[in-house]
Amino acid sequence: MATVSKPVDVVIVGFGWTGAIMAIELAQAGLNVLALERGEDAATVPNWAYPKVVDEIAQSARNGLLQNLSKTTVTIRHGKNERAVPYRQIGSFKPGTGVGGAGIHWSGVHSRVMPQELRLKSHITERYGAHFIPAGMTLQDWGVSFAELEPYFDRFEAVCGTSGKAGNIQGRMLEGGNPFEAPRSREFPLPPLTDPPTSALFAKATNELGYHPYPLPAANASRPYTNPYGCQLGPCNFCGFCSDYGCINYSKASPQTTILPALYRLPNFALRTHAHVLKVNTDNTGKVATGVTYVDAEGREVEQPASMVILAAFHLHNVRLMLSSGIGKPYDPDTGEGTVGRNFCYQLLNSVNLFFDQSVYINQFMGAGGVGQAIEDFYADNFDHGPQGFIGGGVIWGRQTGNGPVRGIPLPPGSPSWGSGWKAAVKENFLHAGRIEAQMSNMAYRGCFLDLDPTYRDAYGTPLLRMTLNWQDNDLRMSEFFGERLSQIGKAMGAKSMSGRVLKRGDNWDTRAYQSTHINGGTAMGADPKTSVVNKYLQSWDASNLFVLGANVFAHGIGYNPTGLVGALAYWSAANIRSAYLKSPGPLVHA
Amino acid sequence: MSTQRRAVRRPWVIATLALIALVIAAVVAIVAHRPDIALPPTLAQRQPDAARGAYVAVLGDCAFCHTKGGGQPFAGGLKLSTPIGAVYSSNITPDPETGIGNYSLEDFVRVMRFGVRPDGARLYPAMPYTAYARATDQDLQDLLAYLQSRVAPVHEASRTTDIPWPLNLRWPLALWNAEFHDPSRFKTDTSKDDQWNRGAYLVEGLAHCGTCHTPRGLFFEEKDVRGVTNLYLSGTKLDGGSPINLRGNEGDGLGRWSAGAIASLLQSGRNEQSAVTGSMADVVRHSTQYMTEHDVAAIAAYLKSLSPAPGERARFAANDTTTRTVMAGTERSPGGRIYMDSCAACHRLSGGGESLTFPTLAGNSTVLNSDPSSLVAVILNGARIPATDATPTGLAMPGFGWRYDDIDIAALATFIRTSWGNDATPVSARQVSQLRHELSLSRADR
Repeated sequence: MATVSKPVDVVIVGFGWTGAIMAIELAQAGLNVLALERGEDAATVPNWAYPKVVDEIAQSARNGLLQNLSKTTVTIRHGKNERAVPYRQIGSFKPGTGVGGAGIHWSGVHSRVMPQELRLKSHITERYGAHFIPAGMTLQDWGVSFAELEPYFDRFEAVCGTSGKAGNIQGRMLEGGNPFEAPRSREFPLPPLTDPPTSALFAKATNELGYHPYPLPAANASRPYTNPYGCQLGPCNFCGFCSDYGCINYSKASPQTTILPALYRLPNFALRTHAHVLKVNTDNTGKVATGVTYVDAEGREVEQPASMVILAAFHLHNVRLMLSSGIGKPYDPDTGEGTVGRNFCYQLLNSVNLFFDQSVYINQFMGAGGVGQAIEDFYADNFDHGPQGFIGGGVIWGRQTGNGPVRGIPLPPGSPSWGSGWKAAVKENFLHAGRIEAQMSNMAYRGCFLDLDPTYRDAYGTPLLRMTLNWQDNDLRMSEFFGERLSQIGKAMGAKSMSGRVLKRGDNWDTRAYQSTHINGGTAMGADPKTSVVNKYLQSWDASNLFVLGANVFAHGIGYNPTGLVGALAYWSAANIRSAYLKSPGPLVHA
Repeated sequence: MSTQRRAVRRPWVIATLALIALVIAAVVAIVAHRPDIALPPTLAQRQPDAARGAYVAVLGDCAFCHTKGGGQPFAGGLKLSTPIGAVYSSNITPDPETGIGNYSLEDFVRVMRFGVRPDGARLYPAMPYTAYARATDQDLQDLLAYLQSRVAPVHEASRTTDIPWPLNLRWPLALWNAEFHDPSRFKTDTSKDDQWNRGAYLVEGLAHCGTCHTPRGLFFEEKDVRGVTNLYLSGTKLDGGSPINLRGNEGDGLGRWSAGAIASLLQSGRNEQSAVTGSMADVVRHSTQYMTEHDVAAIAAYLKSLSPAPGERARFAANDTTTRTVMAGTERSPGGRIYMDSCAACHRLSGGGESLTFPTLAGNSTVLNSDPSSLVAVILNGARIPATDATPTGLAMPGFGWRYDDIDIAALATFIRTSWGNDATPVSARQVSQLRHELSLSRADR
């Protein structure tokens, strides 16, 4: 029998980026807000204090900041007729845990979305005809426009102190920025970070090839910064420990650096850590969420009543909670009916290491997660897809994120893999090697979906989420196209040899090697309740006092890093809750 | 013969006995004396203003000492270490039995101005009645009104001290008071403007800056409580830290600070020249951040009027020799190497830090302090700039005491005190070792 806790106005499940955003926006509106986080509390000091946190073995090899897969994980299979098996070791993707969530160990690449991507189905149909969409690809519009979201992209960038250079301010094109950029209301909060050697070479080469390099927007502060909440960031020192690490320097935007100090001063906000939410409770009509049930640190079940429930955990847990709470109709791949679990997507990453001669110093021990130069000549529909015969696109970048011995030192093809030969190759190449990558959108398919595993359960007795996904012909042809571009750019940068990974037709999703943490979809947003789980305000079609945040609301994959869009959608949802929902609770969109 | 001798000596014996009797009588008189608080009759007619009193409580930073960690506001119980043992702050909520619910205005003024409780017991000067004495009758009246009408009563008996017998006898404090305590109200200096006088009133009185910043004598008395000598607020050593010199010295004092910089430090715990450390962070957190612009400006103006403190003190003349050496990769000193590994990421190779974020070390008064205790304490245990309503982050530096030994830390502190134009005395490993010991004791206290 669960203990019943004192009711609150809003209970937030998960306390990473979206939980923190929703918590401060609703607490500032005067609501009594409670956040439930399954993991531990953490702060810059002491948790990410130098030098203890910059430990490659603890963080990169042993995944110190990531979800403990022995307590709860997912199962994975490539197709619906296979038996899924549990993801027992961190490999292809890296779910975070604890206060700050994946916002602690992310890199800081802070992009928006291309307006076409929010209405890709309509856009492709208009430009290439409906027949261009392959059978089995379940494209759909998102139900929200870029213009509606722009103020919230701007807001999230102002909160993060994002460093970048505008290419398009209200339609006015600016030198030095991204010429493909959708109109922004104003310049970035901070100027771009200084280009490290890889990025400088990338910019020069792509410019000579006729492409359009621009400084990648980075939530790594280039200057001291105070955000609209009064929270402060210190400038990045290019230590090279962003991805997998907490920032030692208050430089990388995270809930801890940008929101929590202001939030924690509000008396109407409370946080409970070690609270693992089992399900969202509903009343007997199933149309009203009444709160959540969680397990506390001592293993006791606690029922937390609330007038509003916000799902703000990582993608996987939000989708799993919807399925295990029985809210909405689970997707059925055979009939194509149902919505929860539909349009589960991922992202493709081709990565090429470049080896230069001894005169070119790259110094890959230094860098920052978000620093780099990028091109969008092949992003979304910025190029003619007609002759290519695939849908989607990606961003190509020359980032320099920092590297060290435990994270793996790339060596030219043919180098010995151990012993004194390996050491000699490391010595010869470490200071003279860089990396370029293409990050590509993964489209939605009828056969790629999420549901509850019939066999495996987690430590709390709940069925694991089951992923059914594999690369499709469309994606792999796109990947091959990008592989050619990477090779062209690498040569133009002056690499004497290259190695790396480019996904090609015939390749399957390999869950053992890191690919990307940018999984998305499964509780799509949209205008049609038959194909989406939440409306354009991220409000559940089924229970109007339940809001679902996170990349799980993406209708299909995008080429950019998702955090910018995830944060903007959370601000957009919060703003609409404040301006409309609180005045008149109920559905904000009538189906 | 013996009779004769007795007779000869008798006057001396009598005189000696008389003297002893006189001394005893004087001591008894001093000890038994209940100070006359002499309140003007007009005060009784005045309507106390509790809202104003709330602000007086902020100025006096009453809440911090009178609230223990996790305790009810003003219910006391905070442990305050003194050289003779710990004392615990008292309950000043309006609870009639354990708090000050039954205090009359006279009772309250006697405590605040003379350190004498209604039952006649003397307070230890850990309670800064030595400074609060300067407060106006009106401020004290409003403060009492606030404490008695706006604070929730808490029934919680005040703790007795940890001071051993015979030092725990309170009557000798009367003699201490007779010798060292000046109970007179603040006197306006008519040769100075209103802002200066307001600043002096706050600094000498409610804000009790001298309690930490003025050096103390053999009997722990502040060497100057009225700002008449240049020892006043000239910096000291206290609780494993070294409150800085607030006088006009160019190196370790506030000579290079503008009045605006002083105000900014009081409001947000940091400015372009420095950041607060140690107990001053609590002062900013609980008191100075809530002071009005007018009052912080007055304090700044008053402090800027103070002449330099005497003695050979550290100097600062900015130069980039150190920066050029480290940029060229030729800095080989152990202290310099540790600096580059563990400090430069934030404080930069230039020692200049980052504006209002990572404090500059070049020209920083805490770095240049004659007594390096605060600097070494920060290196050992880290520090946190106080989070305020306007600046909520509370930027923190981790401690490095676990990573470096006394010799390393002495080398690092010396490097910092002698680089970028800093010219302060070196720090010895013995000083670091001693401070480590003091800090571990004061940590155990908490």
